[in-house]
Amino acid sequence: MSLGSLKRAVFVACVLPVLWLVGRGFTDDLGANPIEEVTHQTGIWTFRFLLATLAITPLRYLTAWSRLVPLRRMVGLFTFFYACLHFLTYGVDYWFFDLDAILDDVINRPYITAGFTGFVLLIPLAVTSTHAMVRRLGGRRWQQLHRLVYFSAGAGAAHFLWQTKIDLRRPGIYVGCLALLCGIRLWERFGSRWLSKVTR
Amino acid sequence: MLIQPPPDIASSEITEERIFLNRREFIHTAAGATLGVATGGLALGKDAEAMSLGQEEIPNVQPGPFGTDEPKNSFEDITSYNNYYEFGLDKRDPSRNAHTLTTSPWTIRVDGHVAKPADYHIEDLLKGIPLEERVYRLRCVEAWSMVIPWVGFPLSTLINRFQPTSKAKYVEFTTVLRLSEMPGARRPVLDWPYVEGLRMDEAMHPLTILAVGLYGKTLLNQNGAPIRLVVPWKYGFKSIKSIVRMRFTADQPRTAWNKATPNEYGFFANVNPTVNHPRWSQRSERRIGRFFRQPTLMFNGYDDQVASLYNGMDLRRFF
Repeated sequence: MSLGSLKRAVFVACVLPVLWLVGRGFTDDLGANPIEEVTHQTGIWTFRFLLATLAITPLRYLTAWSRLVPLRRMVGLFTFFYACLHFLTYGVDYWFFDLDAILDDVINRPYITAGFTGFVLLIPLAVTSTHAMVRRLGGRRWQQLHRLVYFSAGAGAAHFLWQTKIDLRRPGIYVGCLALLCGIRLWERFGSRWLSKVTR
Repeated sequence: MLIQPPPDIASSEITEERIFLNRREFIHTAAGATLGVATGGLALGKDAEAMSLGQEEIPNVQPGPFGTDEPKNSFEDITSYNNYYEFGLDKRDPSRNAHTLTTSPWTIRVDGHVAKPADYHIEDLLKGIPLEERVYRLRCVEAWSMVIPWVGFPLSTLINRFQPTSKAKYVEFTTVLRLSEMPGARRPVLDWPYVEGLRMDEAMHPLTILAVGLYGKTLLNQNGAPIRLVVPWKYGFKSIKSIVRMRFTADQPRTAWNKATPNEYGFFANVNPTVNHPRWSQRSERRIGRFFRQPTLMFNGYDDQVASLYNGMDLRRFF
């Protein structure tokens, strides 16, 4: 499979969740509280795409399959896409009621502060995702900037945990996966150095 | 031991409980037909199956007081968007899974500080009690709400019959717990069985009802069949479902959500837009079926009726 067709296939896969959601909307299959369902689904897909994005480099590290890396930008941008949908849905849910309430939420409700932070941190990453931007920033600075994704992920994890009513098992699984992926990156970065220090 | 209350109502006004409680006939409602296909393979007794799916018309329901003119939520919404964790954590789980609960025969234990503690068949408890339609708002602590036309009667009617002693300061309610019939109860999300309670004056208040139906028909399992509490000025988790025990206590009952997370769910749980949940705001709510959120009302809009119960009480401390 050429890289081009792989990219197209992945693109289609990335668009499926939002298409499915829209389909459910048209067939009135979103339940009694549709806006809550949409908020929840866009949120959970944001997290899934974030995990997928963060999994690409570790997978490449573990499998040496270099074809994955060009996909990382697309999957990362879809993370931002679903995060935008999620934020917009929340905004539509509340904004038409009271802008003060939104501000109050962002400042006083920790889970919304965390969510908002996670979303805002993705913006510079989306803006600097183009080849031109990589050239402008230079490889090293671009890489440093894009480490913000870990802070965004952490904020997203806090956002998910903080709003779960009682069953922490589900967000726990997501946070566990995130911890695992971060662990692999940390090992990749510092692992051999630490090993050689310890085994001297 | 069964206690027969003295007949004090004209027989012409007695709801024919044989009709509304008799679920031994399989009723071909749309839900019944679908669920019938789903449960066909399960080893349920035919009577149990019919009983849990059937919904009977409740005759002689009179319009009751305290009703709201707001548009009622649809039967579909009321019966498909539920929190009943014993059947699963998703809002759609109870409507999908609750058909396994057998609601007939049904016994309610009444004990604690009462003149004569006893176990009652539900038919005997309800004998002679006229049923009313009460169109109440129900506000969940999760900040969504509905308007539901319940069929029920004031809890005070039963309490007076039980003759609580002077030691009885609270009423504690318990939901049925049957692991074989309630798949979600195998997960200790909450400390089962589900327990709730009211202060005696709250229990005796004319707003507080026991509901046996909605939209003129007997309750579906996901709504707390065969009998549940409705306390409309409190968050929905106080309106305990599928009651099997009423215990009159001297001490404040340890309630399920309060035990699980005491800093988030209090005993009183009065709807109050000025006292936020520690993690989310209670200032607004989503009325199911409406696009825009709306402001939450003090005591869920029943301020006139119940505010006096809490005169002088710090509502932030006793949330």
